[in-house]
Amino acid sequence: MAKSIDVSDLNIYYGDFLAVEGVNMTITARSVTALIGPSGCGKSTFLRTLNRMHEVIPGARVEGKVLIDGQSLYDSNVDPVEVRRMVGMVFQRPNPFPTMSIYENVLAGLRLNNKRLSKSEADNVVEKSLQQANLWNEVKDRLNKPGMGLSGGQQQRLCIARAISVEPQVLLMDEPCSALDPISTSAVEDLIHELKEQYTIVIVTHNMQQAARVSEDTAFFNLAGAGKPGRLVEMNPTKKIFSVPDEEATEAYISGRFG
Amino acid sequence: MTTVTTETGSPKRRLGDLVFANLTRGAGLTILVALAGVAIFLTVEGAPALGAKSADLKGHANFLSYVAPLVFGTLLAAVIALIIALPLALGVALAVSHFAPRRVALVIGYMVDLLAAVPSVVYGLWGIGVLGPRLIPVYAWLAQHVGWFPLFAGPASNTGRTILTAGIVLAIMVLPIITAITREIFTQTPRLNEEAALALGATRWEMVRLAVLPYGRSGIVSASMLGLGRALGETMAVALVLSASGVVSLNLISSTNPSTIAANIALTFADSTGLQRNALIASGLVLFVITFAVNFGARAIVSRYESGSKA
Repeated sequence: MAKSIDVSDLNIYYGDFLAVEGVNMTITARSVTALIGPSGCGKSTFLRTLNRMHEVIPGARVEGKVLIDGQSLYDSNVDPVEVRRMVGMVFQRPNPFPTMSIYENVLAGLRLNNKRLSKSEADNVVEKSLQQANLWNEVKDRLNKPGMGLSGGQQQRLCIARAISVEPQVLLMDEPCSALDPISTSAVEDLIHELKEQYTIVIVTHNMQQAARVSEDTAFFNLAGAGKPGRLVEMNPTKKIFSVPDEEATEAYISGRFG
Repeated sequence: MTTVTTETGSPKRRLGDLVFANLTRGAGLTILVALAGVAIFLTVEGAPALGAKSADLKGHANFLSYVAPLVFGTLLAAVIALIIALPLALGVALAVSHFAPRRVALVIGYMVDLLAAVPSVVYGLWGIGVLGPRLIPVYAWLAQHVGWFPLFAGPASNTGRTILTAGIVLAIMVLPIITAITREIFTQTPRLNEEAALALGATRWEMVRLAVLPYGRSGIVSASMLGLGRALGETMAVALVLSASGVVSLNLISSTNPSTIAANIALTFADSTGLQRNALIASGLVLFVITFAVNFGARAIVSRYESGSKA
Protein backbone atom coordinates (compact mmCIF):
# COMPACT_ATOMS: atom_id res chain seq x y z
CA MET A 1 0.00 0.00 0.00
CA ALA A 2 2.69 2.50 0.91
CA LYS A 3 4.54 3.95 -2.03
CA SER A 4 7.87 5.54 -2.76
CA ILE A 5 8.21 9.03 -4.20
CA ASP A 6 10.69 10.20 -6.83
CA VAL A 7 11.18 13.88 -7.44
CA SER A 8 13.32 15.11 -10.29
CA ASP A 9 14.32 18.65 -11.31
CA LEU A 10 11.37 20.22 -9.55
CA ASN A 11 11.02 24.01 -9.81
CA ILE A 12 8.23 25.54 -7.79
CA TYR A 13 6.77 28.94 -8.63
CA TYR A 14 4.38 31.45 -7.13
CA GLY A 15 3.41 33.34 -10.26
CA ASP A 16 6.74 34.48 -11.70
CA PHE A 17 8.58 34.07 -8.44
CA LEU A 18 10.75 30.96 -8.31
CA ALA A 19 10.39 29.74 -4.73
CA VAL A 20 12.21 26.40 -4.82
CA GLU A 21 14.71 25.34 -7.43
CA GLY A 22 15.93 22.06 -8.84
CA VAL A 23 14.89 19.51 -6.23
CA ASN A 24 15.93 15.90 -6.80
CA MET A 25 14.86 13.50 -4.11
CA THR A 26 13.92 9.89 -3.55
CA ILE A 27 11.66 9.08 -0.63
CA THR A 28 11.57 5.46 0.51
CA ALA A 29 8.31 3.67 1.06
CA ARG A 30 7.29 2.85 4.65
CA SER A 31 9.74 5.22 6.22
CA VAL A 32 9.72 8.68 7.71
CA THR A 33 11.49 11.44 5.84
CA ALA A 34 12.03 14.73 7.64
CA LEU A 35 12.42 18.07 5.85
CA ILE A 36 14.38 20.62 7.87
CA GLY A 37 15.72 24.08 7.17
CA PRO A 38 15.24 27.73 8.10
CA SER A 39 11.91 29.52 7.69
CA GLY A 40 11.07 30.55 4.17
CA CYS A 41 13.42 28.05 2.54
CA GLY A 42 10.59 26.22 0.80
CA LYS A 43 10.14 23.03 2.85
CA SER A 44 6.39 23.47 3.22
CA THR A 45 6.06 24.65 -0.34
CA PHE A 46 7.89 21.54 -1.50
CA LEU A 47 5.75 19.33 0.71
CA ARG A 48 2.60 20.77 -0.80
CA THR A 49 3.71 19.86 -4.29
CA LEU A 50 3.63 16.19 -3.29
CA ASN A 51 -0.16 16.20 -3.16
CA ARG A 52 -0.79 19.08 -5.55
CA MET A 53 -1.99 21.36 -2.78
CA HIS A 54 0.53 23.93 -3.96
CA GLU A 55 -1.56 24.83 -6.99
CA VAL A 56 -4.56 25.74 -4.80
CA ILE A 57 -2.91 29.14 -4.37
CA PRO A 58 -3.73 31.36 -7.38
CA GLY A 59 -0.80 31.59 -9.79
CA ALA A 60 1.17 28.79 -8.16
CA ARG A 61 2.67 26.18 -10.49
CA VAL A 62 5.52 23.70 -10.80
CA GLU A 63 7.96 22.44 -13.43
CA GLY A 64 9.57 19.04 -13.27
CA LYS A 65 8.48 15.60 -12.24
CA VAL A 66 7.01 13.97 -9.17
CA LEU A 67 6.50 10.21 -9.45
CA ILE A 68 4.68 8.12 -6.90
CA ASP A 69 5.48 4.48 -7.63
CA GLY A 70 6.23 5.45 -11.20
CA GLN A 71 2.96 7.34 -11.72
CA SER A 72 3.54 10.99 -12.54
CA LEU A 73 1.48 13.37 -10.44
CA TYR A 74 1.59 16.23 -12.88
CA ASP A 75 0.53 14.50 -16.08
CA SER A 76 -2.21 16.41 -17.80
CA ASN A 77 -4.63 13.51 -17.41
CA VAL A 78 -4.11 13.23 -13.66
CA ASP A 79 -6.90 14.69 -11.57
CA PRO A 80 -5.51 16.61 -8.55
CA VAL A 81 -8.54 15.48 -6.57
CA GLU A 82 -7.50 11.85 -7.09
CA VAL A 83 -3.94 12.67 -6.07
CA ARG A 84 -5.14 14.18 -2.81
CA ARG A 85 -7.21 11.12 -2.04
CA MET A 86 -4.05 9.03 -2.39
CA VAL A 87 -1.75 11.41 -0.51
CA GLY A 88 -3.12 12.56 2.83
CA MET A 89 -2.04 15.69 4.63
CA VAL A 90 -1.88 16.99 8.20
CA PHE A 91 -1.46 20.72 8.71
CA GLN A 92 0.52 22.97 10.96
CA ARG A 93 -2.46 23.90 13.05
CA PRO A 94 -5.22 21.40 13.84
CA ASN A 95 -8.15 22.03 11.52
CA PRO A 96 -11.09 19.76 12.26
CA PHE A 97 -14.29 20.84 10.54
CA PRO A 98 -15.81 23.16 13.14
CA THR A 99 -19.44 22.19 12.70
CA MET A 100 -18.90 18.44 12.64
CA SER A 101 -18.80 15.95 15.46
CA ILE A 102 -15.70 13.88 16.17
CA TYR A 103 -17.39 10.95 14.46
CA GLU A 104 -18.27 12.90 11.31
CA ASN A 105 -14.82 14.48 11.16
CA VAL A 106 -13.20 11.07 10.91
CA LEU A 107 -15.63 10.02 8.20
CA ALA A 108 -15.41 13.24 6.16
CA GLY A 109 -12.92 11.82 3.68
CA LEU A 110 -14.84 8.61 3.10
CA ARG A 111 -18.09 10.49 2.61
CA LEU A 112 -16.35 12.45 -0.13
CA ASN A 113 -15.51 9.28 -1.96
CA ASN A 114 -19.26 8.83 -2.33
CA LYS A 115 -19.15 5.57 -0.51
CA ARG A 116 -22.44 4.48 0.94
CA LEU A 117 -21.38 3.25 4.34
CA SER A 118 -23.59 1.13 6.52
CA LYS A 119 -23.75 2.19 10.14
CA SER A 120 -21.61 -0.74 11.28
CA GLU A 121 -18.97 -0.14 8.58
CA ALA A 122 -18.84 3.52 9.54
CA ASP A 123 -18.49 2.62 13.22
CA ASN A 124 -15.64 0.26 12.36
CA VAL A 125 -13.76 2.85 10.31
CA VAL A 126 -14.15 5.46 13.05
CA GLU A 127 -12.93 3.11 15.75
CA LYS A 128 -10.03 1.80 13.70
CA SER A 129 -8.86 5.25 12.60
CA LEU A 130 -9.14 6.74 16.06
CA GLN A 131 -7.30 3.79 17.54
CA GLN A 132 -4.52 4.15 14.97
CA ALA A 133 -4.34 7.81 15.93
CA ASN A 134 -4.13 6.90 19.64
CA LEU A 135 -7.22 8.92 20.34
CA TRP A 136 -9.90 6.27 20.74
CA ASN A 137 -9.67 5.84 24.49
CA GLU A 138 -9.93 9.56 25.07
CA VAL A 139 -12.98 10.21 22.90
CA LYS A 140 -14.91 6.96 22.62
CA ASP A 141 -17.58 8.20 25.04
CA ARG A 142 -18.18 11.49 23.26
CA LEU A 143 -17.97 10.70 19.57
CA ASN A 144 -20.97 12.90 18.84
CA LYS A 145 -19.51 15.98 20.49
CA PRO A 146 -17.99 18.69 18.24
CA GLY A 147 -14.36 18.12 17.25
CA MET A 148 -13.54 21.67 18.27
CA GLY A 149 -14.21 20.78 21.90
CA LEU A 150 -11.01 18.72 22.10
CA SER A 151 -7.65 20.01 23.26
CA GLY A 152 -5.13 21.11 20.64
CA GLY A 153 -3.19 17.85 20.77
CA GLN A 154 -6.36 15.81 20.56
CA GLN A 155 -7.59 17.91 17.65
CA GLN A 156 -4.34 17.27 15.81
CA ARG A 157 -4.65 13.52 16.40
CA LEU A 158 -8.25 13.78 15.20
CA CYS A 159 -6.95 15.36 12.01
CA ILE A 160 -4.48 12.51 11.66
CA ALA A 161 -7.33 10.03 12.14
CA ARG A 162 -9.29 11.89 9.48
CA ALA A 163 -6.34 11.73 7.09
CA ILE A 164 -5.68 8.01 7.56
CA SER A 165 -9.34 6.93 7.54
CA VAL A 166 -9.23 6.95 3.73
CA GLU A 167 -6.09 4.75 3.82
CA PRO A 168 -3.82 6.99 1.76
CA GLN A 169 -0.54 5.74 0.27
CA VAL A 170 1.46 8.63 1.62
CA LEU A 171 0.98 10.92 4.61
CA LEU A 172 2.36 14.46 4.50
CA MET A 173 2.78 16.36 7.75
CA ASP A 174 3.47 20.08 7.74
CA GLU A 175 4.95 20.92 11.15
CA PRO A 176 2.26 18.85 12.85
CA CYS A 177 3.52 19.57 16.36
CA SER A 178 4.36 23.25 16.12
CA ALA A 179 1.12 24.27 17.87
CA LEU A 180 1.27 21.53 20.50
CA ASP A 181 2.70 21.24 23.99
CA PRO A 182 5.49 18.71 24.72
CA ILE A 183 3.15 15.97 25.94
CA SER A 184 0.91 16.16 22.89
CA THR A 185 4.02 16.36 20.73
CA SER A 186 5.30 13.17 22.23
CA ALA A 187 1.94 11.50 21.60
CA VAL A 188 2.03 12.52 17.95
CA GLU A 189 5.64 11.34 17.60
CA ASP A 190 4.76 7.94 19.03
CA LEU A 191 1.97 7.84 16.53
CA ILE A 192 4.33 8.60 13.66
CA HIS A 193 6.47 5.66 14.74
CA GLU A 194 3.48 3.36 14.53
CA LEU A 195 2.14 4.76 11.30
CA LYS A 196 5.33 4.24 9.32
CA GLU A 197 4.67 0.50 9.39
CA GLN A 198 1.91 1.21 6.91
CA TYR A 199 2.46 4.60 5.38
CA THR A 200 5.15 6.56 3.66
CA ILE A 201 5.49 9.67 5.80
CA VAL A 202 7.04 13.01 4.92
CA ILE A 203 7.24 15.50 7.77
CA VAL A 204 8.31 19.13 7.83
CA THR A 205 9.71 20.21 11.18
CA HIS A 206 11.56 23.09 12.76
CA ASN A 207 12.49 20.94 15.68
CA MET A 208 15.82 19.22 15.00
CA GLN A 209 15.43 16.82 17.91
CA GLN A 210 12.11 15.81 16.48
CA ALA A 211 13.65 15.13 13.08
CA ALA A 212 16.34 13.06 14.77
CA ARG A 213 13.80 11.15 16.83
CA VAL A 214 11.23 10.23 14.22
CA SER A 215 12.88 10.05 10.82
CA GLU A 216 14.97 7.56 8.85
CA ASP A 217 16.08 10.11 6.28
CA THR A 218 16.49 13.86 6.55
CA ALA A 219 16.56 16.47 3.82
CA PHE A 220 18.05 19.88 4.55
CA PHE A 221 16.69 22.84 2.58
CA ASN A 222 18.27 26.26 2.52
CA LEU A 223 18.16 29.55 0.67
CA ALA A 224 21.05 30.16 -1.67
CA GLY A 225 20.98 33.76 -0.43
CA ALA A 226 18.52 36.54 0.34
CA GLY A 227 15.94 36.79 -2.46
CA LYS A 228 17.24 33.64 -4.12
CA PRO A 229 15.12 30.48 -4.41
CA GLY A 230 15.29 27.72 -1.82
CA ARG A 231 17.05 24.49 -2.74
CA LEU A 232 17.76 21.06 -1.40
CA VAL A 233 21.24 21.18 0.13
CA GLU A 234 21.63 17.62 1.30
CA MET A 235 19.62 14.49 1.81
CA ASN A 236 21.02 11.57 3.77
CA PRO A 237 20.09 9.03 6.43
CA THR A 238 19.17 10.93 9.57
CA LYS A 239 22.02 9.37 11.57
CA LYS A 240 24.55 10.61 9.07
CA ILE A 241 23.06 14.09 8.79
CA PHE A 242 23.19 14.58 12.52
CA SER A 243 26.74 13.20 12.94
CA VAL A 244 28.81 13.63 9.81
CA PRO A 245 26.86 15.60 7.20
CA ASP A 246 28.34 15.97 3.73
CA GLU A 247 27.82 19.69 3.55
CA GLU A 248 29.29 22.40 5.71
CA ALA A 249 25.99 24.36 5.57
CA THR A 250 24.09 21.42 7.01
CA GLU A 251 26.44 21.11 9.93
CA ALA A 252 26.31 24.85 10.56
CA TYR A 253 22.51 24.78 10.65
CA ILE A 254 22.22 21.69 12.82
CA SER A 255 24.80 22.83 15.34
CA GLY A 256 23.15 26.23 15.60
CA ARG A 257 25.90 28.18 13.86
CA PHE A 258 23.47 29.13 11.15
CA GLY A 259 23.36 32.59 9.63
CA MET B 1 4.33 51.16 51.04
CA THR B 2 1.18 52.44 52.59
CA THR B 3 1.71 56.00 51.48
CA VAL B 4 1.14 55.25 47.81
CA THR B 5 -2.58 54.93 47.16
CA THR B 6 -3.52 54.39 43.58
CA GLU B 7 -6.80 55.99 42.71
CA THR B 8 -8.33 53.10 40.84
CA GLY B 9 -11.75 53.98 42.20
CA SER B 10 -11.88 57.45 40.71
CA PRO B 11 -9.43 57.83 37.83
CA LYS B 12 -8.96 61.30 36.47
CA ARG B 13 -11.74 62.05 34.00
CA ARG B 14 -10.41 63.58 30.86
CA LEU B 15 -12.63 66.08 29.09
CA GLY B 16 -12.22 64.38 25.70
CA ASP B 17 -13.27 61.00 27.07
CA LEU B 18 -16.24 62.53 28.80
CA VAL B 19 -17.48 64.31 25.68
CA PHE B 20 -16.99 61.28 23.50
CA ALA B 21 -18.68 58.92 25.95
CA ASN B 22 -21.72 61.15 26.19
CA LEU B 23 -21.89 61.66 22.43
CA THR B 24 -21.93 57.90 21.77
CA ARG B 25 -24.39 57.34 24.62
CA GLY B 26 -26.61 60.01 23.10
CA ALA B 27 -26.42 58.37 19.68
CA GLY B 28 -27.43 55.05 21.18
CA LEU B 29 -30.32 56.59 23.08
CA THR B 30 -31.58 58.38 19.97
CA ILE B 31 -32.25 55.02 18.33
CA LEU B 32 -34.26 53.85 21.31
CA VAL B 33 -36.22 57.11 21.50
CA ALA B 34 -37.01 57.01 17.78
CA LEU B 35 -38.13 53.40 17.97
CA ALA B 36 -40.24 54.03 21.04
CA GLY B 37 -41.74 57.12 19.41
CA VAL B 38 -42.78 55.10 16.36
CA ALA B 39 -44.25 52.33 18.50
CA ILE B 40 -46.20 54.78 20.67
CA PHE B 41 -47.52 56.69 17.65
CA LEU B 42 -48.68 53.49 15.96
CA THR B 43 -50.34 52.20 19.12
CA VAL B 44 -52.10 55.43 20.06
CA GLU B 45 -53.28 56.25 16.55
CA GLY B 46 -54.15 52.66 15.73
CA ALA B 47 -56.06 51.83 18.90
CA PRO B 48 -59.41 53.36 17.87
CA ALA B 49 -59.50 51.04 14.84
CA LEU B 50 -59.98 48.05 17.11
CA GLY B 51 -63.54 49.23 17.70
CA ALA B 52 -64.17 50.22 14.09
CA LYS B 53 -67.28 49.02 12.28
CA SER B 54 -67.59 47.56 8.81
CA ALA B 55 -68.41 50.91 7.22
CA ASP B 56 -64.88 52.10 7.92
CA LEU B 57 -63.17 48.82 7.08
CA LYS B 58 -64.13 48.23 3.46
CA GLY B 59 -66.94 45.93 4.53
CA HIS B 60 -64.95 43.82 6.98
CA ALA B 61 -66.72 42.94 10.22
CA ASN B 62 -63.85 43.89 12.51
CA PHE B 63 -60.24 44.95 12.40
CA LEU B 64 -58.91 41.41 12.58
CA SER B 65 -60.70 40.24 9.47
CA TYR B 66 -59.61 43.47 7.78
CA VAL B 67 -55.93 43.04 8.48
CA ALA B 68 -55.66 39.24 8.14
CA PRO B 69 -55.70 39.14 4.31
CA LEU B 70 -53.14 41.94 4.23
CA VAL B 71 -50.84 40.05 6.58
CA PHE B 72 -51.28 36.99 4.42
CA GLY B 73 -50.41 38.91 1.25
CA THR B 74 -47.41 40.56 2.90
CA LEU B 75 -45.99 37.25 4.06
CA LEU B 76 -46.77 35.51 0.76
CA ALA B 77 -45.00 38.14 -1.36
CA ALA B 78 -42.01 38.22 0.99
CA VAL B 79 -41.69 34.44 1.12
CA ILE B 80 -41.90 34.16 -2.68
CA ALA B 81 -39.19 36.79 -2.91
CA LEU B 82 -36.99 34.94 -0.45
CA ILE B 83 -37.47 31.56 -2.12
CA ILE B 84 -36.36 33.04 -5.43
CA ALA B 85 -33.65 35.33 -4.11
CA LEU B 86 -31.88 33.08 -1.61
CA PRO B 87 -30.53 30.39 -3.96
CA LEU B 88 -29.66 33.05 -6.52
CA ALA B 89 -27.88 35.18 -3.93
CA LEU B 90 -25.93 32.21 -2.55
CA GLY B 91 -24.94 31.29 -6.11
CA VAL B 92 -23.73 34.79 -6.87
CA ALA B 93 -21.92 35.06 -3.53
CA LEU B 94 -20.15 31.72 -4.06
CA ALA B 95 -19.26 32.61 -7.63
CA VAL B 96 -17.78 35.89 -6.50
CA SER B 97 -15.95 34.48 -3.48
CA HIS B 98 -14.75 31.10 -4.73
CA PHE B 99 -15.38 30.30 -8.35
CA ALA B 100 -15.11 33.21 -10.76
CA PRO B 101 -11.72 34.62 -11.78
CA ARG B 102 -10.93 37.68 -9.71
CA ARG B 103 -11.70 40.29 -12.37
CA VAL B 104 -15.04 38.78 -13.35
CA ALA B 105 -15.88 38.44 -9.67
CA LEU B 106 -15.18 42.13 -9.08
CA VAL B 107 -17.45 43.15 -11.95
CA ILE B 108 -20.27 40.87 -10.79
CA GLY B 109 -19.86 42.20 -7.25
CA TYR B 110 -20.19 45.82 -8.42
CA MET B 111 -23.20 44.96 -10.55
CA VAL B 112 -25.02 43.36 -7.65
CA ASP B 113 -24.21 46.31 -5.41
CA LEU B 114 -25.58 48.61 -8.11
CA LEU B 115 -28.90 46.77 -7.95
CA ALA B 116 -29.22 48.10 -4.41
CA ALA B 117 -28.88 51.67 -5.65
CA VAL B 118 -31.89 51.49 -8.00
CA PRO B 119 -34.88 53.31 -6.43
CA SER B 120 -37.81 51.05 -5.65
CA VAL B 121 -40.19 53.08 -7.79
CA VAL B 122 -38.03 52.22 -10.79
CA TYR B 123 -38.36 48.55 -9.95
CA GLY B 124 -42.10 49.05 -9.76
CA LEU B 125 -42.25 50.68 -13.18
CA TRP B 126 -40.03 47.97 -14.62
CA GLY B 127 -42.32 45.36 -13.09
CA ILE B 128 -45.41 46.88 -14.72
CA GLY B 129 -43.89 47.86 -18.02
CA VAL B 130 -41.40 45.12 -18.77
CA LEU B 131 -41.56 42.09 -16.52
CA GLY B 132 -45.33 41.76 -16.16
CA PRO B 133 -46.22 41.72 -19.88
CA ARG B 134 -43.35 39.31 -20.59
CA LEU B 135 -44.72 36.91 -17.98
CA ILE B 136 -48.28 36.78 -19.38
CA PRO B 137 -47.56 33.84 -21.73
CA VAL B 138 -45.65 32.07 -18.96
CA TYR B 139 -48.63 32.36 -16.65
CA ALA B 140 -50.96 31.17 -19.39
CA TRP B 141 -48.74 28.14 -19.96
CA LEU B 142 -48.57 27.41 -16.22
CA ALA B 143 -52.35 27.65 -15.84
CA GLN B 144 -52.85 25.31 -18.76
CA HIS B 145 -50.27 22.63 -17.94
CA VAL B 146 -49.77 22.66 -14.18
CA GLY B 147 -53.15 24.12 -13.28
CA TRP B 148 -53.83 21.10 -11.03
CA PHE B 149 -51.20 22.49 -8.67
CA PRO B 150 -52.97 24.97 -6.33
CA LEU B 151 -50.29 27.64 -6.70
CA PHE B 152 -50.88 27.82 -10.46
CA ALA B 153 -54.64 27.21 -10.54
CA GLY B 154 -55.35 30.21 -12.78
CA PRO B 155 -57.19 31.60 -14.58
CA ALA B 156 -54.04 33.35 -15.69
CA SER B 157 -53.83 37.11 -15.37
CA ASN B 158 -54.11 39.16 -18.55
CA THR B 159 -51.91 41.94 -17.26
CA GLY B 160 -49.15 39.97 -15.58
CA ARG B 161 -49.63 42.08 -12.44
CA THR B 162 -49.81 39.09 -10.11
CA ILE B 163 -48.41 38.36 -6.69
CA LEU B 164 -45.79 36.18 -8.37
CA THR B 165 -44.60 39.12 -10.48
CA ALA B 166 -44.47 41.23 -7.33
CA GLY B 167 -42.51 38.45 -5.64
CA ILE B 168 -40.01 38.31 -8.49
CA VAL B 169 -39.51 42.09 -8.41
CA LEU B 170 -39.05 41.90 -4.64
CA ALA B 171 -36.57 39.05 -5.09
CA ILE B 172 -34.41 41.24 -7.31
CA MET B 173 -34.63 44.02 -4.76
CA VAL B 174 -33.50 41.89 -1.82
CA LEU B 175 -30.82 40.10 -3.87
CA PRO B 176 -28.08 42.71 -3.23
CA ILE B 177 -28.40 42.69 0.55
CA ILE B 178 -28.36 38.89 0.83
CA THR B 179 -25.52 38.62 -1.68
CA ALA B 180 -23.42 41.28 0.02
CA ILE B 181 -23.64 39.71 3.46
CA THR B 182 -23.14 36.09 2.39
CA ARG B 183 -20.29 37.06 0.08
CA GLU B 184 -18.56 38.77 2.94
CA ILE B 185 -18.96 35.70 5.16
CA PHE B 186 -17.84 33.29 2.46
CA THR B 187 -14.64 35.17 1.75
CA GLN B 188 -13.83 35.02 5.47
CA THR B 189 -13.90 31.23 5.55
CA PRO B 190 -10.64 30.20 7.25
CA ARG B 191 -8.10 29.09 4.68
CA LEU B 192 -7.24 26.23 7.04
CA ASN B 193 -10.74 24.75 6.82
CA GLU B 194 -10.79 24.99 3.05
CA GLU B 195 -7.42 23.31 2.78
CA ALA B 196 -8.53 20.58 5.17
CA ALA B 197 -11.30 19.72 2.75
CA LEU B 198 -9.14 19.99 -0.37
CA ALA B 199 -6.39 17.85 1.15
CA LEU B 200 -8.94 15.11 1.77
CA GLY B 201 -9.63 15.05 -1.94
CA ALA B 202 -12.64 17.32 -2.08
CA THR B 203 -13.65 18.86 -5.37
CA ARG B 204 -14.34 22.58 -5.35
CA TRP B 205 -18.03 22.07 -4.74
CA GLU B 206 -17.34 19.52 -2.00
CA MET B 207 -14.93 21.98 -0.42
CA VAL B 208 -17.70 24.59 -0.43
CA ARG B 209 -20.08 22.10 1.15
CA LEU B 210 -17.62 20.92 3.80
CA ALA B 211 -15.95 24.16 4.75
CA VAL B 212 -17.58 27.28 3.32
CA LEU B 213 -21.30 26.69 3.83
CA PRO B 214 -21.06 25.39 7.43
CA TYR B 215 -18.86 28.33 8.31
CA GLY B 216 -21.31 30.77 6.72
CA ARG B 217 -24.45 29.18 8.13
CA SER B 218 -25.31 31.88 10.65
CA GLY B 219 -24.46 34.55 8.11
CA ILE B 220 -26.80 32.98 5.58
CA VAL B 221 -29.62 32.96 8.12
CA SER B 222 -29.16 36.55 9.16
CA ALA B 223 -28.79 37.68 5.55
CA SER B 224 -32.06 35.95 4.65
CA MET B 225 -33.82 37.54 7.56
CA LEU B 226 -32.58 41.00 6.62
CA GLY B 227 -33.75 40.31 3.08
CA LEU B 228 -37.09 39.11 4.38
CA GLY B 229 -37.38 42.27 6.46
CA ARG B 230 -36.81 44.42 3.42
CA ALA B 231 -39.31 42.42 1.37
CA LEU B 232 -41.94 42.68 4.09
CA GLY B 233 -41.69 46.45 4.30
CA GLU B 234 -41.21 47.23 0.62
CA THR B 235 -43.99 49.54 -0.48
CA MET B 236 -43.60 51.31 -3.78
CA ALA B 237 -42.71 48.43 -6.06
CA VAL B 238 -45.52 46.25 -4.75
CA ALA B 239 -48.04 49.10 -4.84
CA LEU B 240 -47.23 49.67 -8.50
CA VAL B 241 -46.95 46.10 -9.68
CA LEU B 242 -49.68 44.29 -7.84
CA SER B 243 -53.30 44.46 -8.96
CA ALA B 244 -54.71 43.70 -5.55
CA SER B 245 -58.23 42.81 -4.55
CA GLY B 246 -57.73 41.87 -0.93
CA VAL B 247 -58.48 38.16 -1.21
CA VAL B 248 -56.77 35.33 0.63
CA SER B 249 -55.57 33.01 -2.09
CA LEU B 250 -52.52 30.88 -2.77
CA ASN B 251 -53.16 31.22 -6.47
CA LEU B 252 -50.00 33.01 -7.61
CA ILE B 253 -50.89 33.78 -11.21
CA SER B 254 -54.48 35.03 -11.27
CA SER B 255 -55.70 38.61 -11.54
CA THR B 256 -57.22 38.56 -8.05
CA ASN B 257 -54.37 38.90 -5.59
CA PRO B 258 -53.97 39.57 -1.92
CA SER B 259 -52.57 43.00 -1.13
CA THR B 260 -49.74 43.74 1.25
CA ILE B 261 -49.88 45.97 4.32
CA ALA B 262 -47.37 48.50 3.06
CA ALA B 263 -48.86 48.75 -0.42
CA ASN B 264 -52.36 49.03 1.00
CA ILE B 265 -51.33 51.94 3.19
CA ALA B 266 -49.59 53.71 0.34
CA LEU B 267 -52.52 53.31 -2.01
CA THR B 268 -55.37 54.23 0.32
CA PHE B 269 -53.95 56.54 2.96
CA ALA B 270 -54.40 59.79 1.03
CA ASP B 271 -58.13 59.22 0.55
CA SER B 272 -58.83 57.86 4.00
CA THR B 273 -60.56 59.70 6.83
CA GLY B 274 -61.30 59.14 10.50
CA LEU B 275 -61.41 55.53 11.55
CA GLN B 276 -60.23 54.32 8.13
CA ARG B 277 -57.03 56.18 8.78
CA ASN B 278 -56.77 54.64 12.26
CA ALA B 279 -57.23 51.20 10.74
CA LEU B 280 -54.40 51.82 8.29
CA ILE B 281 -52.12 52.95 11.08
CA ALA B 282 -53.07 49.90 13.12
CA SER B 283 -52.16 47.70 10.13
CA GLY B 284 -48.84 49.52 10.14
CA LEU B 285 -48.41 48.49 13.76
CA VAL B 286 -49.05 44.88 12.75
CA LEU B 287 -46.32 45.13 10.12
CA PHE B 288 -44.00 46.69 12.68
CA VAL B 289 -44.59 43.75 15.00
CA ILE B 290 -44.05 41.21 12.22
CA THR B 291 -40.71 42.69 11.13
CA PHE B 292 -39.68 42.88 14.76
CA ALA B 293 -40.54 39.23 15.24
CA VAL B 294 -38.59 38.27 12.11
CA ASN B 295 -35.53 40.08 13.38
CA PHE B 296 -35.75 38.52 16.81
CA GLY B 297 -36.24 35.12 15.24
CA ALA B 298 -33.12 35.65 13.15
CA ARG B 299 -31.12 36.65 16.22
CA ALA B 300 -32.29 33.58 18.08
CA ILE B 301 -31.39 31.25 15.22
CA VAL B 302 -28.01 32.87 14.70
CA SER B 303 -27.05 32.71 18.37
CA ARG B 304 -28.14 29.08 18.56
CA TYR B 305 -25.97 28.17 15.57
CA GLU B 306 -23.04 30.07 16.96
CA SER B 307 -23.17 28.41 20.36
CA GLY B 308 -23.59 25.08 18.55
CA SER B 309 -20.43 25.47 16.52
CA LYS B 310 -18.36 26.82 19.39
CA ALA B 311 -19.32 24.30 22.03
